Amino acid sequence: MDRGLVIGGVIFAFLLAMPVLLPIVGAEYLTGLLIKAMLLAIAAISLDLIIGHGGMVSLGHAAFIGVGAYTTAIGLQSGIEEIFVLLAITLGATGAIALVTGILALRTSGVYFLMITLAFGQMIYFTLTSLAAYGGDDGLTLWSLATLFGSDIVQDGRGLFFFVFAALLLTWIGVWRVSQSRFGRVLRAARDNPQRAEVMGYPVARYQLIAYVIAACIAGVSGLLLVQYAEFVSPSIAAWQRSGDLIVAIVLGGLGSRNGALLGAFFIVIMEEFLSSFLHEWRLIYGPLLVLLVLFAKGGLNDLLQPTSREAS
Amino acid sequence: MSLTLFLILCLNGLQYGLLLFLIAAGLTLVFGVMGFINLAHGVQYMVGAYLVFAFTGLTGSFWLALVLSLIAALMIGLLMEYAVFRHLYARPHLDQVLATFGIIIFLNELAKVLFGPATLSIDTPELLSGSIQITEQLRYPVYRLATIGAGLVVAVGLFITISYTRTGMLIRAGSTTPEMVSALGVNITQLFRIVFGVGAMLAGFAGVIAAPLFAIEPGMGDNLLIVAFVVIIIGGVGSIGGAFLAAILVGLIDTLGRSLVTELLGLAVDASMANQIGPALASMLIYILMAAILVFRPKGLWPAKGVA
Repeated sequence: MDRGLVIGGVIFAFLLAMPVLLPIVGAEYLTGLLIKAMLLAIAAISLDLIIGHGGMVSLGHAAFIGVGAYTTAIGLQSGIEEIFVLLAITLGATGAIALVTGILALRTSGVYFLMITLAFGQMIYFTLTSLAAYGGDDGLTLWSLATLFGSDIVQDGRGLFFFVFAALLLTWIGVWRVSQSRFGRVLRAARDNPQRAEVMGYPVARYQLIAYVIAACIAGVSGLLLVQYAEFVSPSIAAWQRSGDLIVAIVLGGLGSRNGALLGAFFIVIMEEFLSSFLHEWRLIYGPLLVLLVLFAKGGLNDLLQPTSREAS
Repeated sequence: MSLTLFLILCLNGLQYGLLLFLIAAGLTLVFGVMGFINLAHGVQYMVGAYLVFAFTGLTGSFWLALVLSLIAALMIGLLMEYAVFRHLYARPHLDQVLATFGIIIFLNELAKVLFGPATLSIDTPELLSGSIQITEQLRYPVYRLATIGAGLVVAVGLFITISYTRTGMLIRAGSTTPEMVSALGVNITQLFRIVFGVGAMLAGFAGVIAAPLFAIEPGMGDNLLIVAFVVIIIGGVGSIGGAFLAAILVGLIDTLGRSLVTELLGLAVDASMANQIGPALASMLIYILMAAILVFRPKGLWPAKGVA
């Protein structure tokens, strides 16, 4: 029995039951929190494709969330309301930007890749702050949201919850399938020994570029859904600290594992909610907790749940 | 743009550059010599600023506070090295990023708890207050000139230490082949500790001298840290000379860019458009420079000698 699949299945079943369970215990306000966690998880899973499987440590991934969010916001402002049309535009925009920056960034590797993705991330961030027509630094509140085939079902509450849930489920399945395919194996081969993969005849840079673009597109989708949830968009979602949060999520969860990014993202959001509920200065605990987890829990949360199987590493 | 304004901008750029150098020097050594990514290095800058604020309040004298702050910054640096960082040297870069990220979160919050979220400021020391006449129309604050001087003195001192002393030689050797240096009987962990402590102290020093000029607030080191990383990539990792030249370059580009880009853009497109994209483009300049250097000269402009 595949333990990773079981754990993932349990998490998703649990999430699916939430809209029914929460009203019973009178905690409906947690729906928003779960949507936030799922959005973070979508972006984190996409980042794990390039960091965990590809070994390309990007510190500019949040910028693609920003691109996705702003593309959606600008689309909405210009009267496009159908969510699948917005999705297509978002995928196109993030994909195109990722393709261009990826070609340049992949000329480097290791720490230098981290720095160049940071540079592109900052460029995108400052571009977003300069969009005066769309709020500039202060951001933009959206008065109309996307519709699903003309219906407003995906605008809030349960409808939005299930829509985000579906997106997360698709991302989770999709990224895992990609990583277990021949494509994913080449990606890991290139991570562990790029020269050898190259000599075996695989165009390593092309594989890495495709992974980079896929990851960026998924992050863009997370941006689209973030706009739909928050009804607001500001450049701060693309700041480098947000990219840092995503890295925290996947390292905490366990790199390149089926559920690592998922666990990490939920851990962060729930931890924040839990700690801040009894201590306003919750970061005083959260910071040292990160340090302790790094020092003592190698392999992340995923490893605590499945200590024996080191799948896909 | 008058010549006077240009001169002021150059001086401000130089000053900003030297401040960056104080932070980047420690960062490039720790990164170059130990291969350790220390995101918490920027926090040392904040720590320095808060220390001098606290000690000035206690002692009433900026100069006494300066000395005490430097000692305290060194102690805090060594303490962090002992408690956390030394366990991370052999770990992958991602673990280092995560742990030092945790330290940033902690110290930023601690500053907020101890000193409140509002921005604080301290007065420039009396000895260096006032301004002097440089040209006909240009008066420049003495304190800013003094920070330029202090930065230059530290730069020269570091350069001599690295190039001409035994410790400096060991640091240079350690940055290229740590195993070999260790095999020759040098206590490499001790050496790392010294480098780390001095780096932390220099970043603290930058915070101390910046305190009378800028607002003291939680998280003030975060953005400067990123700029310091830009500096060491442009200069070449592990190279003190490179860090110095790149810091000055970045300081000048950033400062001049902020006023010149909008004006230059105004020549090409209409004024409202220029006002809109000018500031963003100016903030981007240093990142564009870094990206270009990574693509075309990945080792940096002035790489350390012998780095493979």
